[in-house]
Amino acid sequence: MAKLVSLADGVAELVRDGDVVAMEGFTHLIPFAAGHEIIRQRRRDLTLVRMTPDVIYDQLIGAGCVGRLVFSWGGNPGVGSLHRFRDAVQNSWPVPLELEEHSHAGMANRYVAGASGLPFAVLRGYTGTDLPRHTPNIRTIDCPFTGETLTAVPALRPDVTVVHAQRADRAGNVQIWGITGVQKEAVLAARRSLVTVEEIVDRLEPVPGQVVLPGWAVTAVAPVPGGSHPSYTQGYSVRDNDFYLAWDAISRDRDSFKQWLDRHVRKAEAQA
Amino acid sequence: MTDYTADEMMTVAAARQLRDDTACFVGIGLPSTAANLARATHAPNLVLVYESGCLGAKPDRLPLSIGDGILADTADAVVSVPEVFNYWLQPGRIDVGFLGAAQLDRYGNINTTVVGGDYTDPRVRLPGAGGAPEIAASCGEVVVIVRQSLRTFVERVDFVTSVGYGSGPGDRARLGLRGGGPRTVITDLGVLEADPRTCELTLTRLHPGGTVEQARAATGWPLAVSDDLSTGEPPTDDELAVLRALEATKKAVR
Repeated sequence: MAKLVSLADGVAELVRDGDVVAMEGFTHLIPFAAGHEIIRQRRRDLTLVRMTPDVIYDQLIGAGCVGRLVFSWGGNPGVGSLHRFRDAVQNSWPVPLELEEHSHAGMANRYVAGASGLPFAVLRGYTGTDLPRHTPNIRTIDCPFTGETLTAVPALRPDVTVVHAQRADRAGNVQIWGITGVQKEAVLAARRSLVTVEEIVDRLEPVPGQVVLPGWAVTAVAPVPGGSHPSYTQGYSVRDNDFYLAWDAISRDRDSFKQWLDRHVRKAEAQA
Repeated sequence: MTDYTADEMMTVAAARQLRDDTACFVGIGLPSTAANLARATHAPNLVLVYESGCLGAKPDRLPLSIGDGILADTADAVVSVPEVFNYWLQPGRIDVGFLGAAQLDRYGNINTTVVGGDYTDPRVRLPGAGGAPEIAASCGEVVVIVRQSLRTFVERVDFVTSVGYGSGPGDRARLGLRGGGPRTVITDLGVLEADPRTCELTLTRLHPGGTVEQARAATGWPLAVSDDLSTGEPPTDDELAVLRALEATKKAVR
């Protein structure tokens, strides 16, 4: 059964230096507060996995927590490029960043394979692109039934997956609705999982389109109201589009990024 | 007739490509604007599919990202991301894929990954593939929207993120790509279509006021021009009014 923990305790116990960490959420339900806690606890040399490394991974990369990134699309959605990501790739600042690059279909299937206890996933994908030349773990496999050549990608098995959800009950059963992305697969693929939630409730009322992660499949749940900001939580908050626009200017320059980090992420350290 | 910008003409021309009662895989930005314009004008039953898992989204304002809450709120179904790629895109259920590009070559191969230098030390690092490689592989056909310039229309893309016709006729079949590939490219200058024989993108239509010389000057290879080159219709007052009302909703949300 999932343990109910504070965010600081959950990150301290479940996210370790050198871990493979997946933080998922497809525009919706991005676990920003947990990302900030990882920055405050100064985790180093993480391999971060995420289909759409956006502003949250830009912050973790700029803060020097990340040595390797496994991803399929890295940008500021609807705004443009990620400047900290670019600076790390192009100038190794603050530390060199190694990339393992895929497509969305490939990443989604890698999580499915991990959640399914399989060593790899099969799909029609990547064929004819330059991605397999640079990403050695995109390979081919012949179908044993038809002989057709298909693409194989290895399962993702993160050490820990971190996601944000609407709510959980006291047994740690987690309820997610709206755009649920790849969170279920990412949690089930991982060895450990931490779910931050808007609230803990006595009873989970069913919601159309919901995904429920049973408490016995989750390691820890931490109540963090507003934990997806500036992303959003359907039914609780709306996306702070102004912040995504503002991030472009904040992150463009190393000094303004560092000031922002000190003021808005590390300052909270003193209060916690 | 109302004045309009080159971007408005491009968006209207792209919207006109979409037929009613078809399913369209929509990326954010210009493709999403064009698809929503089509749905609000001549194609009310156009099915908009967003890679966030929203099938049949009917937003009454422009979404600001592919995971905008308005998409989930108005969709026929919201499915997981593995499902949207595996059950809906991969088997060829989506008629049209709508893509943008940072670089494009004469065979409609697209780069959205790196420009200049080499892969590990690029001059410019772009966002990468996202859903595009499999959209380009599996949709019935692909429509590309891109502003035409020597920077975007290049002899050779620096990185093949999504395959068009590869290096020419027969390549898609050889690679086992089951969708039809990039039939149409809409730019701010006109419309290019893949020649069925050579697979080469060929200028078939200019927007009003545009010239072949302008198009050639904005293309990094010797541009093929159709013998039946025509001039498209300017945006109608209705198309412009709907497009501007949609754009205004984007500002209102902020």
